[in-house]
Amino acid sequence: MRDFLYQNLSTIASLQIGEIGYISEESLDNIPLKLLEMGCLPGAEVQLIQIAPLKDPIYICVNGSHLAIRTETAAQIKILKSE
Amino acid sequence: MANKPIKVALIGNPNTGKTLLFNQLTGLNQKVGNYPGVTVDKKEGVSKLSATQNAIITDLPGTYSINPTSMDESIVLKTLLKKDIKESPDVILVVADVENLKRNLLLFSQIKDLEIPTILAINMVDQMHKKGISIDVSVLKEELNTEVVLISAKKNEGIKEVKEAIIRCHVAAKASPLCGINHKIDPDYFAKLKEISPNYSLYELWLMVTQNNFPETITASEKAALLSFKQDISKLKKYQHKETIYRYQEINKILKKTYLVDKSKASDVRSKLDKIFTHKIFGYIIFFLILLVIFQSIFDWASVPMDFIDGLFANFSELVKEALPEGVFTDLLTDGIIPGIGGVVIFIPQIAILFLFIAILEETGYMSRVVFLMDKIMRRFGMNGKSVIPLISGTACAIPAIMATRTIGNWKERLITILVVPFTTCSARLPVYAILIALIIPDTKIFGLFNLQGLVLLSLYALGFGTAILAGYILHKTLNINSKSFFVIEMPNYKIPSFKNVFFEVVEKTKAFVFGAGKIILALSIVLWFLASNGSSDFKNAEKNVSKLDVSQNLPSDELDKKIASYKLENSYIGMLGKSIEPVIRPLGFDWKIGIALITSFAAREVFVGTLATIYSVEANDDDVTTIKQKMASEINPETGEKRFNFPVGMSLLVFYAFAMQCMATLAIVKKETKTWKWPLIQLVGMGLLAYVSSLIIYQILS
Ligand SMILES: Nc1nc2c(ncn2[C@@H]2O[C@H](COP(=O)(O)OP(=O)(O)OP(=O)(O)O)[C@@H](O)[C@H]2O)c(=O)[nH]1
Ligand SMILES: [Mg+2]
Repeated sequence: MRDFLYQNLSTIASLQIGEIGYISEESLDNIPLKLLEMGCLPGAEVQLIQIAPLKDPIYICVNGSHLAIRTETAAQIKILKSE
Repeated sequence: MANKPIKVALIGNPNTGKTLLFNQLTGLNQKVGNYPGVTVDKKEGVSKLSATQNAIITDLPGTYSINPTSMDESIVLKTLLKKDIKESPDVILVVADVENLKRNLLLFSQIKDLEIPTILAINMVDQMHKKGISIDVSVLKEELNTEVVLISAKKNEGIKEVKEAIIRCHVAAKASPLCGINHKIDPDYFAKLKEISPNYSLYELWLMVTQNNFPETITASEKAALLSFKQDISKLKKYQHKETIYRYQEINKILKKTYLVDKSKASDVRSKLDKIFTHKIFGYIIFFLILLVIFQSIFDWASVPMDFIDGLFANFSELVKEALPEGVFTDLLTDGIIPGIGGVVIFIPQIAILFLFIAILEETGYMSRVVFLMDKIMRRFGMNGKSVIPLISGTACAIPAIMATRTIGNWKERLITILVVPFTTCSARLPVYAILIALIIPDTKIFGLFNLQGLVLLSLYALGFGTAILAGYILHKTLNINSKSFFVIEMPNYKIPSFKNVFFEVVEKTKAFVFGAGKIILALSIVLWFLASNGSSDFKNAEKNVSKLDVSQNLPSDELDKKIASYKLENSYIGMLGKSIEPVIRPLGFDWKIGIALITSFAAREVFVGTLATIYSVEANDDDVTTIKQKMASEINPETGEKRFNFPVGMSLLVFYAFAMQCMATLAIVKKETKTWKWPLIQLVGMGLLAYVSSLIIYQILS
């Protein structure tokens, strides 16, 4: 098992480029159904690949899907970061 | 005896190769491209499965689940919920991408629960080895309780197996839910739902409730009972979330036994390319350079073949004139039809080059990167990153571009995109621009590198995009529509464009352009020629009237002939029509002949050149057969004695064509997509006024 450092404030939007996080169980209700269906599930690994020039949208890889989502959505999805 | 054809629907995630498979099965040539949302409408085709069995295959837009968030996706839901025997599919062929099987199986599991016979075709298996993927097909078949076929639509592998599977699946008509997921969420709740009707599967009933989409066959009492489930919306939402998570859990269990990826084989070409193409600064520079190269080459590469074709048609006209006996029919051919058709055909090189670049952009996966780069900017102008795809593909034609807006979930953003797309410079404007630029802009190089004519063309494209975006801003601020949605787009992997796909795409589209415009111009040039060669009594007495004029007294005979010919044209029916609108367009620098071309352009812009060619041919002295460009260059404005197409007139015309909504087919499609005449009328009037005022200003300043 890995050690998770629980950070209350971190969301997908706060990841650095290349950084990895795991979607937390508690944000289930905040994830839009469509994102869930595209593989953005609690427990899934998320990697931030790129941030668009004007800081929005962001480009992530989650559960094997490469997606671009807006920061407003990303800021609602809490994550755990591994140390 | 032949059996009744089997109805097969192709369903799957976007960009999994459904359309390419459809093309392989049916022999048709539907559009394929490497970004999600290429197909936005249903398309049917016939496929021969065996000697005695045919199938009617329906290609559908891609979707991530049966819960739609945009119009293209809801087409899939509607197809599935239809209980009409004639239309509902007998067999569903789910097309999945081997690389992302897990996510693809979510949709598969939903469809399976509809209890319709289903086949799983796992596509792109040509990539398996490279990506280090291995699949245990026999176990997968058992676990999913369905036919599973590995295929490569690109390499044409496994197509025969798909056909056999369709027949087997249809005969067995085996249809069972995958895992009855909903029962596990809340058994009582879903048992009650199922009690409502025995005619539908539980999942169908659940979809009717969640999607508010009822088939016609449903009775009023059943509908009322279903609607009662909608009272607790938050519960519905929660159960939908739970359902998705359960489905993924089941899928993970199955894939653990059957699907293996050797991660060490993963290459990172994709991330390297993404670092460049989506870079903060380089991203935009590259995008701009790509556009620059495209519009430069349209001019640079095409001018030689274009002049060649132009000359060819002039020679052809002359040949026909010599070979056929003099008469009305020969005149119709040489003065009406041949120049008219020539006015379309000479633009094939340019159109084909444009289509080639668009096809390559669409096949590489670059389009989605542009969506990513532009989303934030487009949002300020009332649109959405996805609006970029219609705006770019609108350079080919506004009609498919307007259809392509179906992928935009937010209605306001979609409407604004529909309304502004006709400002993008479509391929029908290209002929008008090309000929006018060639007439008024010198063919010189700037910095020894950029062709000046090419730069002017580029600025016209920029003018189109710029106006589209500005109009978007105005609409954004004035339209009072509330619609909320959120944005997500999948970033496909980069691909080297398949030569075959690109080639077919270019050939198909160019053919459509030439035949579409060709048909119109053929009809128009006959009408024009007739109207130009007949007229009132003044027309019939042309010789007498002209020779009566003082100035005509001592003219040499060929000068006199010319005078008579133009007198005739002015007094022909077409001349009378043109003269009647001349006062309106004179302030823009246009004479009545250009006016006629403006009128015919409402059928389609690209007939502008053909129309002028026909009019000038009728007027021209019979012996001198010249190219279209020469004809236009030598047209004289009788009032000033200068060239008709001088700089001010040319610029005024260019601006007019950049802004005016001269395309009936576009108006019709806007009506279809917005379901009211209000928006196309607003476009017609708004763009028309803008065109008139801008041309007026330009001409008055320049002249
Ligand atoms: N390597 C490989 N590429 C494929 C295969 N099948 C399709 N493609 C490519 O995948 C891309 C998508 O193909 P389409 O047929 O347009 O996909 P679609 O499912 O119809 O996409 P939408 O209409 O957007 O839902 C294209 O670039 C195809 O060339 C295959 O078997 N192998
Ligand atoms: Mg398709």
